[in-house]
Amino acid sequence: MNFDFRQMVLTLIFLAPTAAAVIILLTPKDKTMFVRVVAATATFISLALAIFTFLTYDRNVAGYQFQALAPWVPSLGISYHVGVDGIGLVMVLLTGIVGFMGVLISWNIKDRPREFFAFFMLLVAGVFGVFVSLDLFLLVFFYELSIFPMYILIATWGSTRKEYAAMKLTLYLLVGSIIALIGILAVYFSAQFQPGMLPEGMTRTFDLLLLQQANIPIEVQRIWFLPIFLGFGVLAGIWPFHNWSPDGHVAAPTAVSMIHAGVLMKLGAFAAIIAMRILPDAAREQMPLVILLVTVNVVYGAGIAMVQKDFKYVIGFSSVSHMGLVTMGFATMNQVGMNGAVLQMWSHGIMTACFFSVVGLIYDRAHTRQINELSGWARYLPLAAVAFIIGGLVSMGMPGFSGFVAEFQIFMGLWQGPFFGQIWYYPIIAILAIWGVILTAGYVLRIVQQVFFGEWDPHKWHDLRPSNFGDKLALITFSVLMIIIGIVPSLLMNTINLGTASLMKLLGG
Amino acid sequence: MTTNQLVLLLILFSPLIAAVLVVIIGKLGDGAAKWSALLFSLVPLALTIYLWIAYQNAPVENGGFKFVFSVPWLPQINSNFTIGVDGISLSMILLTAILTPLGIIISFRITDRLPLFMALLLGLTTGMFGVFMALDLVIFFIFWEIGLVPMYFLINQWGSANRRYASFKFFIYTMAGSIGLLLSIQFIWSALGTYSMPQIAAQWPTYTGQSVLGIPIETVKNITFWLFVIAFAIKVPVWPFHTWLPDAHTEAPTAGSMILAGVLLKLGAFGFLRLVLPFFPQQAAQFAPILAVLALAGIVFTAFAAFGQNDFKRLVAYSSVNHMGFVVMGVAVAAAAMGNPEYKQYGIIATNGAVLQMFAHGLSAAAMFALVGVVYERAHTRDLNQLGGLWKIMPVYGGILIFSAMANLGLPGLAGFPAEFQVVSGAWPVFTFITLLSMIGLLMTGAYVLKAIQKVLHGPANRELLHHAEMPDINRREIIALAPLLVLMLAIGVWPYWLMDVINKSVTKLIGG
Repeated sequence: MNFDFRQMVLTLIFLAPTAAAVIILLTPKDKTMFVRVVAATATFISLALAIFTFLTYDRNVAGYQFQALAPWVPSLGISYHVGVDGIGLVMVLLTGIVGFMGVLISWNIKDRPREFFAFFMLLVAGVFGVFVSLDLFLLVFFYELSIFPMYILIATWGSTRKEYAAMKLTLYLLVGSIIALIGILAVYFSAQFQPGMLPEGMTRTFDLLLLQQANIPIEVQRIWFLPIFLGFGVLAGIWPFHNWSPDGHVAAPTAVSMIHAGVLMKLGAFAAIIAMRILPDAAREQMPLVILLVTVNVVYGAGIAMVQKDFKYVIGFSSVSHMGLVTMGFATMNQVGMNGAVLQMWSHGIMTACFFSVVGLIYDRAHTRQINELSGWARYLPLAAVAFIIGGLVSMGMPGFSGFVAEFQIFMGLWQGPFFGQIWYYPIIAILAIWGVILTAGYVLRIVQQVFFGEWDPHKWHDLRPSNFGDKLALITFSVLMIIIGIVPSLLMNTINLGTASLMKLLGG
Repeated sequence: MTTNQLVLLLILFSPLIAAVLVVIIGKLGDGAAKWSALLFSLVPLALTIYLWIAYQNAPVENGGFKFVFSVPWLPQINSNFTIGVDGISLSMILLTAILTPLGIIISFRITDRLPLFMALLLGLTTGMFGVFMALDLVIFFIFWEIGLVPMYFLINQWGSANRRYASFKFFIYTMAGSIGLLLSIQFIWSALGTYSMPQIAAQWPTYTGQSVLGIPIETVKNITFWLFVIAFAIKVPVWPFHTWLPDAHTEAPTAGSMILAGVLLKLGAFGFLRLVLPFFPQQAAQFAPILAVLALAGIVFTAFAAFGQNDFKRLVAYSSVNHMGFVVMGVAVAAAAMGNPEYKQYGIIATNGAVLQMFAHGLSAAAMFALVGVVYERAHTRDLNQLGGLWKIMPVYGGILIFSAMANLGLPGLAGFPAEFQVVSGAWPVFTFITLLSMIGLLMTGAYVLKAIQKVLHGPANRELLHHAEMPDINRREIIALAPLLVLMLAIGVWPYWLMDVINKSVTKLIGG
């Protein structure tokens, strides 16, 4: 086997937090500082490697790069196969950023920091794993690996009905992933290969790149497309399977909410489009139905966010609304819309991580999240206010910020319609979904006015302390990223475009 | 890149850079922040004057624009960062560049987070310049929307009592209008595959290709036309989309009102001239009478509304809607001329008048809001029934107020007159009856302006008010902020040619005479 660094790098990206989890668990209980430093170092290594892959990805060649392939269970066609294309690359970079910032934000966590960071590292490792997997078995393995620590993190370190939320989240996601797994098995057993396509001695395979080229009977595709897409799509919060998400977001501790809404929900969308890759014929038939579901996400999610009383629930429902736009972008079935969807995944990831860190900062000091009890926080935490306002502008699709470029392309995609022919209701969906944007402006302005401006009464709060260096670094990073991508979107778009181009090719466009 | 292109880019982005610098300099203290803000705001002004001189002899490029500069912005959607100017936009850029430093001077007394205030004011300037310069629809939309953010915070943070409601209303109204604009822009893209404004103007009017939803393409064009119209009508504002304006103007801080009335409203009228007329000549001609009726309603109803106000600032705010009505009237005549060659010459006259009115109203409205601010700062009330007899106490102020009010009213010799005169004389042959009715509005304009002067300057002084408030005359700083406006009003009134020459060529090109 050839130990080329370019082949190793993706493995190292998820091994770093895994190793950190082991080291942390072996550390004595009282060495909190050591635990933090190990966690920060590990996520920083992953981030650095993610940046390295992003910068050195050969954009002239495109396709899956940094691939590593080793047999795992050859008799069943399971292999260890990792690699990233333009879409995975952007998601790995996002995970690197949010993971590292998540550690910084939870720096001062008091309750059992050792266990917290250990599980957090496992969660990050699992998320990285999904984004780099090119073998469906491996992908499902990492997928489950990221759900398990989630349960413990919420149930132990969470707040507000945490046991209920943790249980609900786990059951929803588990059921979804099992249905998706059954679908994958159906595909696995029915895929027909040209002679010579499979390696020696293999009759079946979980390898994504091979399954993409396999001939899968149209009946199988029709039956199993929606189960796989929606099974993973539960994690992307597709209506009516979104119900776990706001409860989960709210109950989770800050760093977990950041990873959860910022990255984990993208993992759902990312895994769901696997169904489009391996079942392209059914995707062409059935994605126009999926778009009807997510239209509800976009408008209903924003409407519900508008009437929430709990600060964190507003953000939770806003995620439902924005993730609806992601799936909507993929369901436009053309490249512009899909470009928008991937950029929306990135943009929403950064934005919502920023939102949850701000909510966490305030909650740590105020010990309440009731919107009408909070006011004037811009006076005490000006940086948090600025970061929240920038995030809010991103979420309402204000031009000049990353959300606009993403949503603009998604709506362009709706106008353009699927590549294989117009569908009459796509323009109507554009007209309906745009109301989600107006509602978003409404709830963002409402929060900004109530929570950050208005009267500031320092005597009302007993636990005031300034934000620390890590918080500031995270908020500044998020804000700068949201603005830069809004002004120079081609930094990411040129990479995303390569990934969606190959996806479109698979779909036959 | 030529020098002139570089100058154009500098005009566009120097205020944004300045905004960042002012926040940083602001750490040294408010004094440093305000003087540096003023200094920075003079940069685009100087550059604009340079460009104004260079404009005359510059070669005309792509689509009748000069100094066109283009780089790819987002190749995936075929959008380029393209900017350039013609006579109409250059005169609006000049107006913006003049009003910004004056707004900064008038805000020198602000004590609450002054560096941030100045930064928002400067950031807003970049947004407005961008709208006037953009030659790509996405870039146009970006600048169109981004200006909302600083204005929202200027009203929301530094406004008076009812500021939250007013800023929210302003934001949601404009945003709702923009949504239709966004969808129509994208619809045009899905048909033509380009966002370039000159290209769309060349192709879209004769486009007969695919349709959506089985609706005939003509109907679809009519719908997109109305979505464009509504987006811009909200900004102008055209009656009945004006209800956000009195609230926003009244609650905004003085400099905010100056920029809002002086420039932001012109963005809407500019949108009509830059996008609606070239993209939709047939629809414009077809619906021109409706526009004219809306303009008439704006002129007459809001003149009565202004007369009924007891809040000085609200009165001036309604007068803005009233005066912008004449701009809309000019646009309506131009729209009618788009379909009827006989009307071309009238269309050119009326549109010249409309653009001049945009400039003239920019000056007089900014001056009026500054003057309201001067009184409010001293008396802490804007209630016309509480003011009175100020001419004796503040004689210089009284003189300036009368001068500005007369310019506002359209007194010959001052800027408003040649503007409204051209609009009316262009409109008369086209919409005779409507123009006749609009004279009622002109009459009421005289009435409300005189009411304001009388209530503020004449009559017995309110003793109780004087007892509580110190009422020194208008000071040097305020005079410096107002003097350029007064000089320009007079200069345009007496010799409009220097401005008209630049405007006229582009207007002629637009109407196609």
